[in-house]
Amino acid sequence: MSAAPVKILIVDDEPPIRKLLHLGLDANGYSVLEASNGKTALMMLEQSPDLIILDLGLPDVRGLDLLQTIRSLRESVPIIVLSSRSDEAGKVEALDIGADDYVTKPFGLDELLARMRAALRHQLQVLGERPVFRLGDLSVDLVRRVVKRSDVDVKLSPKEYDLLRLLVQHAGKVLTHKFLLAQLWDEPPDAQYLRVYVRQLRQKIETDPERPNYLLTETGIGYRLRAPD
Amino acid sequence: MPEEQNSLAKRPSPEALLEAARREESRAGRLKIFVGAAPGVGKTYEMLQAANARKRDGYDVVVGVVETHGRKETAALVEGLELIPRRRSEYRGQSIEEMDLDAIVARRPQIVLVDELAHTNAPGSRHPKRYLDVQELLGQGIDVYTTVNVQHIESLNDVIAQITRVRVQETVPDAIFDKAHEVKLVDLTPNDLIQRLKDGKVYVPKQAERALENFFSPTKLTALRELALRRTADRVDEQLLSQMQAQAIEGPWAAGERILVCVSEDPRAVGLVRYAKRLTDRLHGQWTALYLETQRSQDLSEEQRDRIADTLRLAQSLEGDAVTIPGAGGHIADDILDYARTNNINQIIIGKSTRSRWFEILNGSVVQDLVRRSGNIGVHVIAGDELASDPIPKKTVSPATAQKPPSLAPYMVAAGSVVLALGVGKLTQPLVGLESVDLVFLTAIIATAVRFGLWPSIAASVLASLSYNFFFMPPLFTFSIADPRNVSAFVAFLVVAVVVSQLAARVRKLAVAAVGRARTTESLYVFSRKLAGAGALDDVLWAAAHQAALMLKVRVVLLLPEGDAFPVKAAYPPEDMMDSADHAAARWAWENDRPAGRGSDTLPGAKRLFLPMRTGRGTIGVVGIDSDRPGPLLTPDERRLLDALADQTALAIERVHLVDDMDRVQRTIETERLRSALLTSLSHDLKTPLAAVIGTASTLREFSGKLSDDQKAELLTQIIDESERLNRFIANLLDMTKLESGAVVPRLALHDLSEIAGGALRRSERILARHRIELDLEPNLPMLLLDPVLFEQVLFNLLDNAAKYAAEGTVIRVTGRRVAGAVLIQVIDEGEGVASSDLELIFDKFYRAQKGDHVRAGTGLGLAISRGFVEAMRGAITATNRSDRPGAVFTISLPIPPQGPGMDASQ
Repeated sequence: MSAAPVKILIVDDEPPIRKLLHLGLDANGYSVLEASNGKTALMMLEQSPDLIILDLGLPDVRGLDLLQTIRSLRESVPIIVLSSRSDEAGKVEALDIGADDYVTKPFGLDELLARMRAALRHQLQVLGERPVFRLGDLSVDLVRRVVKRSDVDVKLSPKEYDLLRLLVQHAGKVLTHKFLLAQLWDEPPDAQYLRVYVRQLRQKIETDPERPNYLLTETGIGYRLRAPD
Repeated sequence: MPEEQNSLAKRPSPEALLEAARREESRAGRLKIFVGAAPGVGKTYEMLQAANARKRDGYDVVVGVVETHGRKETAALVEGLELIPRRRSEYRGQSIEEMDLDAIVARRPQIVLVDELAHTNAPGSRHPKRYLDVQELLGQGIDVYTTVNVQHIESLNDVIAQITRVRVQETVPDAIFDKAHEVKLVDLTPNDLIQRLKDGKVYVPKQAERALENFFSPTKLTALRELALRRTADRVDEQLLSQMQAQAIEGPWAAGERILVCVSEDPRAVGLVRYAKRLTDRLHGQWTALYLETQRSQDLSEEQRDRIADTLRLAQSLEGDAVTIPGAGGHIADDILDYARTNNINQIIIGKSTRSRWFEILNGSVVQDLVRRSGNIGVHVIAGDELASDPIPKKTVSPATAQKPPSLAPYMVAAGSVVLALGVGKLTQPLVGLESVDLVFLTAIIATAVRFGLWPSIAASVLASLSYNFFFMPPLFTFSIADPRNVSAFVAFLVVAVVVSQLAARVRKLAVAAVGRARTTESLYVFSRKLAGAGALDDVLWAAAHQAALMLKVRVVLLLPEGDAFPVKAAYPPEDMMDSADHAAARWAWENDRPAGRGSDTLPGAKRLFLPMRTGRGTIGVVGIDSDRPGPLLTPDERRLLDALADQTALAIERVHLVDDMDRVQRTIETERLRSALLTSLSHDLKTPLAAVIGTASTLREFSGKLSDDQKAELLTQIIDESERLNRFIANLLDMTKLESGAVVPRLALHDLSEIAGGALRRSERILARHRIELDLEPNLPMLLLDPVLFEQVLFNLLDNAAKYAAEGTVIRVTGRRVAGAVLIQVIDEGEGVASSDLELIFDKFYRAQKGDHVRAGTGLGLAISRGFVEAMRGAITATNRSDRPGAVFTISLPIPPQGPGMDASQ
């Protein structure tokens, strides 16, 4: 980490969660801001946090509304949403209106840190794209449009390559079906077309396509390419 | 034991307790009747005094209607009370004032005064009689004070008419009197009363002055006074008896006299019925009015039939049973005695015959037969009372008269057949001789009698004998007879012809009656079978409406109460538009358990006639009928048929309700069982992991210094594992709650099975860390219609289950293969398998298979949730055991949906 520590804003009404996150993030070299409700959270935006962890169940405001407000005020700050397992629809909606990722409660700190890194790295990548992406035995050269597995060329159809490129550009981040469909097709078809391409892509880049290791399914939400290392 | 029996015998009889409860019922208003022997004894004055006393006690007392007849003392008493203005209505140009029933109900006083209980209301009022108004007020929970003279009491009507020679038309049913909460006799000696009359203190309408002069004689007043005293004493006696029974006081009440009164179309039968009521009251018994249907019944005029039905209805209104039975065709007396013996009757009341001595010698006398054969049954032969032939009380529902225009056709055919016989006779006479020609005529007469009944065949007899005389007996073509032997032959022929006519006609009548009864019985049987077959309430109601409409040729609606509402639940023809008058009538019929609407006493302006449907548990609904035919809706026969239909329908509805009740009880028991299982589960499954977490965490905090790094790591892992177990349990509870509340709405779309299986395996990585997992999906499985989130949870639960029941290090296989029309997904473990008796039970909520010590407790929810989710996705899940080795197999079967175009994009 550089000299100026990365600033994280935690928005959650539960003191134990805030305390846990504060301790954990502090220990990992982040500087932490805390807000227990929507109003305080908006005030905290003045201090320009580098990443926001937002619990969707807040006492004073609907989590999704707050998310939208924050997004309208700070277009590019990464936002990670905390939600409960059974609320797939809520997660998709949060992602669609501008959250970068989500973590399901209860969660381990390692999982949250991985999501945060992915979100922050993506932000850096948008500024300066890394030429060659490496994940296990897979390498993707986005400049030369070359995909290799264990140094063997993988032949991809244009659609498959576009899908992989999107995933690589957002590596570690969940991408919703809706987002992928909209990016890959001018007129988005039914989601099952996407599943067909994902299956084909897996057969080309995964060792065991039935139990994928790189291209992961986020059931009911979308797909995620594992972040490197 | 003897003691116990004793206490059983002394236990209050249920009827008596019910009666006491009915009297004590706080919601129904109480009726206090001030009864007097004659006008002028001061009933109204007494009532007002009592009312004023109540008002001083703080009760809310109003005057509904009180006649002061211009007397000052009475008027003074009224002044202190609030008066509900009377309702004014116009009838035939006259303005009439009546008690305003609705205003009183709206005002809701505690006590209302209603003078002259026997009063007849003006036409157009809700009820024709004031006592019906009073009943409605009582039904509304308002106490009523009222007055009545003893001659208005129904069962005393005849007796008093005999004494006074004045018959009052306005009568009050005995039941009102007997069920009154309190009866106060206002007594005055005859001499005092006559003095008051002379002083002008008794109000006498001008037109009745002369009649009343006769009325107020000391002897008559004494007789009336005795009747009033006795009737009131009877009532007190009855109350005492009822009280004794309620308190199980041993007493000498009668073993239950059962009295049978035989009624006929004779107008005097009404008097018999009233006599039976009085006799029964004195004996504290039960009584039945019996009408025996004989072949003669077919010949009765509609007026006579009405009279029988009315007499029977009067019996019912006097709290007797009314029974109609068909005669066996032999002696009437035998039929009556048969009925009496089978029903334990010990006294029979029958009217004295008015037939001539000759008639009795020829036809036998029912009364004589009855007396001769009755054995140990007492027979009362009661002289008819001419006065009783006055019109009997108004019917509750006026019936339709059958419209049968007299037809000439049978007589034409009769004449035709005689002419035919004449021709045949003329042709055959040369062959068979004169003596056999009469047989040809007889054949024609019998044919006519069998086909058309008595009168056409009598006509045929006369015509045939005249033709016989004219065409066959010498001298021919005259009506005179030369040979005296032929005269006797002619007379014999005439007699034979008439007798044969009668016999044949009687056979025909019996046959017609039998066919009619058979048809009714058959219809009722079909109806009851249909009802028995109908399981749901809607089916029962529809069958009932349909059948009643078909049998009675009317339109039918059925209404059942639903909370506060009273909607039409079935109608045939299906139409449920009811105007407000109909709704009011229907509701009234239901609330008061009496007929209302068209042709009845109450709200006769409604389009339909509504009859209550009753069962032993009370009124459960109302049937309404109407038709386009003008005039009354039903003949007495049809009315009785409708009653039978309504009874059967009511029973069927009650049966459905009972089944529902049973179901509800069953569900309650089931819920209770689940609730206790849930509590056990919650306390165990929530507390165990929590105890582990708290214990481990506190150990770490207190003894951190004494623990090695490895030990610390182990304890921390335990905290995380236990917390995750807790988390899974709570997730299961949430899933179950969602399933049960119907909140699980699968979002079905075509999905790749391998994708979801991969997700489930990834999620269960930690749980399955100590097992070997094999995923074996057939290549190119079709896409399946799934909710991915639900299906992943199902697989996760099955894997979790396998991990729990199969030993560490064993293999758990997940397979997917295609069979005809479906894809089977199996989770196969190498555990001990499931006891065959448990294979289905394990999908029940909170069911846990018996397990060894090494297996961790499950939540008892995972499989139940799996089944719920799979079924929500239109699939099925079953459990079996492996055939090759011990181990359980869970099989999910999902139908293969029709694959959309372009899905096979594998190129």
